[in-house]
Amino acid sequence: MTTTSVIPFDIERVRADFPILDQEVNGRKLVYFDNAATTQKPVSVIEAILSYYRGYNANIHRGIHTLAEKATADFEASRKAVKEFLNASSTEEIIFTSGTTMGINLVAQTYGRAFLEAGDEIIISGLEHHSNIVPWQMIAGEKGLVIKVIPVLENGELDLETYESLLSERTKLVAFNHASNSLGTVNPVKYMIDKAHEVGAVVLVDGAQASSHIDIDVQALDVDFYAFSAHKLYGPTGIGALYGKKALLEAMPPYMGGGEMIREVTFEKTTYNDLPYKFEAGTPNIADVVALKAALDYIAKWGKNNIAAYENHLLQYATDQLTQIDGLRVIGQAKEKISVLSFVLDGIHHQDIGIILDQQGIAVRTGHHCTQPVMDRFGILGTSRASFALYNTTEEIDKLVAGLHRVKKLMA
Amino acid sequence: MTINEAQNEIIEEFDLFDDWEGKYEYIIDLGKKLAPLPEAYRDEDHIIKGCQSRVWLHAELKDGKVVFQADSDAIIVKGLISMLVQVLSGHRPEEIVNADLYFMEKVGLQQHLAQTRANGLASMVKQMKAYGLAFSSLVKQ
Repeated sequence: MTTTSVIPFDIERVRADFPILDQEVNGRKLVYFDNAATTQKPVSVIEAILSYYRGYNANIHRGIHTLAEKATADFEASRKAVKEFLNASSTEEIIFTSGTTMGINLVAQTYGRAFLEAGDEIIISGLEHHSNIVPWQMIAGEKGLVIKVIPVLENGELDLETYESLLSERTKLVAFNHASNSLGTVNPVKYMIDKAHEVGAVVLVDGAQASSHIDIDVQALDVDFYAFSAHKLYGPTGIGALYGKKALLEAMPPYMGGGEMIREVTFEKTTYNDLPYKFEAGTPNIADVVALKAALDYIAKWGKNNIAAYENHLLQYATDQLTQIDGLRVIGQAKEKISVLSFVLDGIHHQDIGIILDQQGIAVRTGHHCTQPVMDRFGILGTSRASFALYNTTEEIDKLVAGLHRVKKLMA
Repeated sequence: MTINEAQNEIIEEFDLFDDWEGKYEYIIDLGKKLAPLPEAYRDEDHIIKGCQSRVWLHAELKDGKVVFQADSDAIIVKGLISMLVQVLSGHRPEEIVNADLYFMEKVGLQQHLAQTRANGLASMVKQMKAYGLAFSSLVKQ
């Protein structure tokens, strides 16, 4: 992990871009450390939604009037921005979804239904969010597939030796996250993808947590599917994208039927639209797609590498400070982490920690973080998780430390 | 003491606190003092699962009155439970069914009953009332 003592951008200017931060919660200045659940939105994203509805709300792709043309142009400009964000080779490979969960379900229900057969094996990792477990269990149950799980090591990294031993000619699909939401572990995705390809399996990477922190290049990774959500990278909720290699997307059957995704409909036979529209049935979430571009522009403005360096600095500082608290244990000590710090305090329930921190205006996430298997692996019911974004500060981390001392004093 | 008298007593108690810290100190203390639930009742039949913490609830009818015993793995929830038991335990089933629980709101703890807290406390209140209903039909027979 690299730390930097030089803050590469003006934190006061960054904070001024996020109006929600300027408020009091329970009489204290809000400290928002629940960024792995969802990030806050800069003014430019909020304005993009407002100006769409105020100025040019219209249904896209069909209308020939001026508003429809402007809406369509902005909608497709966002697709182009996502293509560049992921370094995909074509906009045909970018499917707008409601978020990462829908992207994974889309692949499970279309690729899975069409190309997986009884006895085929799917490998997932022990670090997965429920949304990268359950869709596979659903299709596995339907088709008689076998799910194998890559174990998690004590430090929160994946057991790659076992991963390699699980791979065989029976492995047809491998799905894992780029970074873990509950522990922060960054997985060696390129290595894992290459190993899966050696046995001819296709790979889906859940990029929900990584997308705001790590540069993504789907061509360099040679990944087959990559899913992410806008709301975890300063964009709106309810929108995300799925990248898929063109040849795979072309071979896959459609997911949902409806408008947009068809070429011709008669009662006898329907032919489907070209990519990416084949997978975008119905009027899409136009306003939020438009605002997604504003979010990507916002990240580009500061530079993802600068953001990552600053967040690493926060993570390092927080880890140093929090580990000085007696009885505090960090869960997840991978060598490479995104800015997620999960911890337990001896003898104190995570819910009690969350309630008392909230009384002090500090928002953290407590519980199993939708990763019950990870909690089971470490023999705990849940953790408290502080996750940092580009607008957080070391002063806020000091408040968390003071807040935790207060928790301990109250619970003693 | 009636259910409302018990609620009013708690409200008076909370009037003494002028900051959140005193209030929570008191709740935590109640949690610590709550009589332990017999191990036999800490099982799947008695659990009310929340997303965050677990609550166990046992109820029995003694001389026409419902006696509640409860526990949680989180101390603040345990303190809140202690107050609910204090208010509802030892009353006739129909009194429990008809009880209007206003004290949580009056002392500024209503957020703990909200769905978002996902702590099983709201479900526990429902469950206590369900026991009241079940026992009231028993009493009538």
